[in-house]
Amino acid sequence: MKFSSFLIKYAEIAIKGGNRKYFENALVTQIRNTLKYVEGEFRVIRENGRIYVNALSDYDFEEVTKALKTIFGIYAFCPVLRIEDHGFEDLEEQTARYMEEMYPEKEPLTFKVEARRARKDFPVDSQTMNREVGAYLLDRFSWLSVDVHDPDVLLRIEIRDENINIYSREIKGQGGMPLGTAGKGMLLLSGGIDSPAAGYLMSKRGLFLDAVYFHAPPYTSERAKQKVVDLARIISRYAGTIRLHVINFTDIQMAIYEMCPHEELTIIMRRYMMRIAEHIARENDCGCLITGESLGQVASQTTDSLSCTNEVCTLPVFRPFIAFDKLEIISIAERIGTYETSILPYEDCCTIFVAKHPVTHPRSEKIKESEEKLKDKEEALIKEALENDEVLSISWHD
Amino acid sequence: MMEIYLDNAATTKTDPEVMDLVTRVMTEDYGNAASLHKKGVDAERYAVKARQQIADTLKCAPKNIYFTSGGTESNNWAILSTAEAYVRSGKHLITTLVEHASVKNVMEALKNRGFEITYLPVDENGCVSVQSVREAVRPDTILVSVMAVNNEIGAREPVEEIGEMLHSKFPQVLFHVDAIQSYGKYRIYPERSHIDYMSVSAHKIHGPKGAGFLYVSDRVKLKPYIYGGGQQKGMRSGTENIPGEAGLGLASEIAYRHLDENNERLYQLKSRLREGLMALEGAFLNGQADGSSAPHILSCSFEGMRSEVLLHALEDRGIYVSSGSACSSSHPSQINTLSGMGLSKARQEGTIRFSFSKYTKEEEIEETLVALRDLLPLLRRFKRK
Repeated sequence: MKFSSFLIKYAEIAIKGGNRKYFENALVTQIRNTLKYVEGEFRVIRENGRIYVNALSDYDFEEVTKALKTIFGIYAFCPVLRIEDHGFEDLEEQTARYMEEMYPEKEPLTFKVEARRARKDFPVDSQTMNREVGAYLLDRFSWLSVDVHDPDVLLRIEIRDENINIYSREIKGQGGMPLGTAGKGMLLLSGGIDSPAAGYLMSKRGLFLDAVYFHAPPYTSERAKQKVVDLARIISRYAGTIRLHVINFTDIQMAIYEMCPHEELTIIMRRYMMRIAEHIARENDCGCLITGESLGQVASQTTDSLSCTNEVCTLPVFRPFIAFDKLEIISIAERIGTYETSILPYEDCCTIFVAKHPVTHPRSEKIKESEEKLKDKEEALIKEALENDEVLSISWHD
Repeated sequence: MMEIYLDNAATTKTDPEVMDLVTRVMTEDYGNAASLHKKGVDAERYAVKARQQIADTLKCAPKNIYFTSGGTESNNWAILSTAEAYVRSGKHLITTLVEHASVKNVMEALKNRGFEITYLPVDENGCVSVQSVREAVRPDTILVSVMAVNNEIGAREPVEEIGEMLHSKFPQVLFHVDAIQSYGKYRIYPERSHIDYMSVSAHKIHGPKGAGFLYVSDRVKLKPYIYGGGQQKGMRSGTENIPGEAGLGLASEIAYRHLDENNERLYQLKSRLREGLMALEGAFLNGQADGSSAPHILSCSFEGMRSEVLLHALEDRGIYVSSGSACSSSHPSQINTLSGMGLSKARQEGTIRFSFSKYTKEEEIEETLVALRDLLPLLRRFKRK
């Protein structure tokens, strides 16, 4: 069956009152941007408070479905059969044909017809249509039975000005909020499992993403960096173009190693990463930082450690996985397609810079005291790291 | 920045003469060697010539040469074909603990199909003894597979002696030699040394990637493992890779044209690097010196270093080397040459392989030594606590 249109359903946008238009526009823009890379010609329109994607040419159904499934803000979408108005009898016939093609298995199904007559000069009113079309289908197909409360198939018929829409199937979308409606966030991205998935989750709430990766050659390899680039590209499929800032962290890492207590290495490194991330975030209009941290997962993710790394920045730090188990995070990573890349062996922190017994309950005063030894070098080190910031623009479609 | 490529055991830079030939085949003589028309005949000529060029280096007949996609395919084919064709004679194969993965993992796959594999140990220089091979042979042994030159440390295995011993004591046992690191460095004549299969790869001798050959002796019952249009006497189907074959043929000829001068130069480079390394603190050479080990591979362990870190630090200066394998376990397929030689885990983790080619210059060796002298003390300040 050829569907000439898709009805786009959005849940949360509908309750945004005065801002509704803003959210809808963002969603329309996003759908247009995504479909630009799909074969075929499409028009995305807003009509009677709904968004439709109309196909103006042949297209690949699977490809369009796949594309729509990546767009945040779409709660679900329905492939719509559009027919011309050739009278009520023809409508009944076309509806029967629709049911036959949509449910070719002829397995027992319950259904309910829900007609809507937007164009009032159509000779049959909604109530009558529900009844008549229902009876007609029951008559034609022995595998159908009626259930008005909880039907397997909710068959919708809409009589509109230009044509008639018939649809029943609803395909689940990403949900969430359209990209950009929540501004932009700075993701602290590593080659691990958690941070890419955390970026995806926050982007789902409407954030564009920038990302920062801390590279430490020769202790981390080009391949580790490439892995992060690959991960950013996978997330960009959902989150749109990502600007990835690659910061050379080697000198800072070595300075910490030489000047600070070994068991505090990781925590102090994290503090410097947060400081640098916040700096780049502010320069790039990001309103928040995003990390993949999960409470208690490793030594630097205890409440004390998080509080210790948190205090060096003023922007809010979003940690969508804070209450997630590792397996739950993995299942999200698998679903969005980052997991396979994340588990490649290239490490992004050399074990030389990981203490065998790191502190798990750092005290802020003690850490600050340790950092004192770096104070006279600190400014120059951070300045140099920021100046050598390598920025890559990463898009799924490149 | 100057580029110093010391990873020639991984792959080599293509010889410009070879590149010209490959380009000509691709642009002008692009026909399918199986076509009846002139284009096909022209293309076929390159294959005939390449087979002859290779046969000349081995002193064998061209009909004993089968083109493949490279070393891995050649190794796979020799072992799998033997297992299939000789299964009635027995299900026992012998190899060493230091073979390349393209031998070891085939052996492991056969093990899962009910074959028995004996892995022979090596001495502290990475060499297997003829004696141990002799003792391992059983009435149901069908194949012995030993590499000619080890890819990790350059150890030269006694393949000629093993061939001789098998021929005189166990003539029914077939003998496969992985010559991927030795071809173009040593003259090994399979007939004279009673070798039944010999694997070679083009890209290790300045030829193109995706090309190689398997020498197969007359007495071998060979089985195809790729079926199709019946190319290469039905033994290895698939449209012939004429550019690759032509490139491989010419690269083989060139490699043997100046073999002695080249080897002499390589040994000089190697001994210069050895000397320089021995003057460094905490550097330990792996494998034997000179003569008995390959001219183009030198393995060295650096105390208190992680080889990957040193590798990337050298890379930062435009120097490309390879790290020794890091992991080791008790599983035969996981044992690498270094652990097989009895090197401690720490030593293994700090191992770097330098490998040269005819393009390596003496000043590049000096430059590398300068870089190491700079980097080692710097990097050693940072170690895991």
